[in-house]
Amino acid sequence: MEAVYTRTKTLNGNLLGFCPGCMHGTTFKLIGEVLEELGIDNKASCILAIGCCGLAQDAVSYDLATAPHGRAAAAATGLKRSNPDTVVFTYQGDGDLASIGLAETIHAANRGENISVIFINNGIYGMTGGQMAPTTLVGMKATTAPGGRDPKQHGYPLHMAEIINQLVAPVYIERVSCNNPANVRKAKNAIRKAFQNQIDGKGYSFVEVMTSCPTNWGLSPEKSLKFLEENMMKEFPLGVIRDNG
Amino acid sequence: MSNKVFMKGCEAIAEAAVRAGCRFYAGYPITPQNEIPEYMARRLPQVGGAFVQGESEVASINMVYGAGAGGTRSMTSSSSVGISLKSEGISYCAGAKVPMVYVNMQRGGPGVGTIQAAQQDYFQATKASGNGGFRMIVLAPSTVQEAVDMTYQAFDLAERDRSPVLILGDGVIGTIMEPVVLPEMKSDEEVAALKAKNREWAIVGHGRDEKRGYIQPGYWSNDMQEQHCRNLEAMYERWEQNDVQVEELFLEDAEMVFVAYGTSARIAKNALEMLRAEGHKVGMIRPKTLYPFPSKAFDHINYDTCKCVLDIEMSIPAQMVYDVRMAVKGRCPVDTCLRSGGNLIERDNILGKAREILTGGAN
Repeated sequence: MEAVYTRTKTLNGNLLGFCPGCMHGTTFKLIGEVLEELGIDNKASCILAIGCCGLAQDAVSYDLATAPHGRAAAAATGLKRSNPDTVVFTYQGDGDLASIGLAETIHAANRGENISVIFINNGIYGMTGGQMAPTTLVGMKATTAPGGRDPKQHGYPLHMAEIINQLVAPVYIERVSCNNPANVRKAKNAIRKAFQNQIDGKGYSFVEVMTSCPTNWGLSPEKSLKFLEENMMKEFPLGVIRDNG
Repeated sequence: MSNKVFMKGCEAIAEAAVRAGCRFYAGYPITPQNEIPEYMARRLPQVGGAFVQGESEVASINMVYGAGAGGTRSMTSSSSVGISLKSEGISYCAGAKVPMVYVNMQRGGPGVGTIQAAQQDYFQATKASGNGGFRMIVLAPSTVQEAVDMTYQAFDLAERDRSPVLILGDGVIGTIMEPVVLPEMKSDEEVAALKAKNREWAIVGHGRDEKRGYIQPGYWSNDMQEQHCRNLEAMYERWEQNDVQVEELFLEDAEMVFVAYGTSARIAKNALEMLRAEGHKVGMIRPKTLYPFPSKAFDHINYDTCKCVLDIEMSIPAQMVYDVRMAVKGRCPVDTCLRSGGNLIERDNILGKAREILTGGAN
C-alpha cells in the first residue's frame, strides 16, 4: 500500500519527551516537514535555546547546537556570518527570547541577520516549573506571581512580534498557533516562508507560535486549548504583522 | 628573511590571528583593547572574514560560540570586567568543545577597576573562567613578539583540543609598540582546509547519511556528563605533560629566584640583570603558560643555595603565589613583591625587596 503520510525524516524516532497537550512536538514536526520539503534538511543547523525545547535535542536529525540561555540569536549570528550557505534557525521559548535574551533578540533583528527565528510563546516558564514569563497574561497565576500577574508590580505582557515590527530591517513577522488543523497549516506556511526568505537571502524572519502549557497552566490539554484561544490569542492576536518577503 | 615591523600589541595580536586563519571576530568596546576590534573591522573583510560589533560582551562571546561551532577559526577579546560577562559563553565553549581564542588585556581591580595595566585576573584565568570547573591553556606573553607567536599558536591548540585558549595580556602588552616579525599568512586554501577538517563535528548542515554535527554543552544523563568531565580531566593531564611553556634563568646557583609573568616579568628581568651585575646570584622562572602551570621548573631550583622564591605580580593580594607555593613544596620561603590598581611594578620595588632579603637586612 502506498504511504500517503509518514513522519518527517528529520525526526529520528527518539522520544521528543514533551508533556501531553504541549505544542512543541507539533512545531518540531512542522519545521522538519518544511526542511524536508524545501530540500534543506541537509543544510540546516538549529540553534536551540535553554528550556523545554532542549527535550528535542536528541530527537531531531539535523545539525544542532544548544546556546546559553537567551543567546541563540547571537550564536546564530556568528554561525550564519561565518557559514552563509548553512540554513540557520533558532528555536526559543518566551523566557529565553523575550526575557534573558531580549538584547540578543532585538539586536539580531535590528541587524537584519539572514536567519529564521521560531519563537514559542506559552506565557510561562515550562522547564523550571511555571514561573512568570514576560508574556504571562495580566491576572494569570504563576509560581512566582501566586496572586496572578499584577501590572503594578510586574508590568504588562511583552509583545515581541510588535516590538520587532518597530525595527526597519526585519523582512517577515507573523504570529501563528497550533491550536487547530487550519492554524497548524498556517503555521507551517509561515515557517516555510521564514526559511524561504533565508534561502533567498532576504534577511530576518520571525515566526511567533502561540502554544499551550497544560502542565504549568494547571489545566487539562482540552481546557488549555480553550484558554489559549479565549485569553492568549486575545492578548496576542494571530496574523501577518509584516511581509516584505 | 622576514621583515620586522613596528606594531602596537593589540594590532599585532589581531594581525597574527588573521594570519593564523581567524575568519570571525566579535567584540564589544572596552579599554585597553579597542585596537583589536578596530583592526579586525578593517582587516577581516579583506580576507573574506566577518567582523561583528556585538551589542554586549555576552552577545559577542556567543557569536564566537556560534562561529566556532560552525568550524571557523574565531576570536573575541575584552578586558577584565568584560571577560566576566563572557564567562558563561566561555564555559559553554569549554563544555561543548567549541574551539576559540580570546584575549584578556587585564586592568586593575575588581569591578570596573582602573583602565591601566594590572594582573588582577590570574585566578579567573587559571581557576574559574566560568562555572563548571573547566580549565584552559592560558598563554601569558611578555613582549609583543611573544604575543604574536602565542596568538598564532593559540588557534592550533584550540582546534587540536576543541577547547578555548586564553591569551592573558594586560594594558602594557596591548598598547606598547615594539618591533615584531609577523608569522606566515596562511593561504585561503590552507584556511579552507583547516575548516574542512572541522566539518566532521561542526554544525554546518550534514546529509541524512552522515553523522550530524551536534554541539552539546550538557547531558540529560548524569553518567554521560560524568564521563565528559573525566575526558576533560584527561585532556588537562595531557596538557601538563606536553604543553607547559616556561623560561628558566640561572636556577642552578641562585640564592633567590624571581617568579613573574607578562609585564611584571619584563621589569623583574631588568632587576635581575642589575642584581647579577652587583654579584647577587638571582635566578628567575617566567611561566609562559599560566595553565598548565610550570610546576616542574621549581624542581630545577637549587634549594641548597636558594634563600627565597620571590613572587612578583601586579596583583594585590597576590594570586599566582598559591601556585608558586604548591610548586616550591615548602623547600624554601616564598615572599611577594606586589603592585596593583593600574600602578606598574617598578624596578626599584623589586630591587628593594630583593636586596632586603639577600643581605638579610630586615629582621
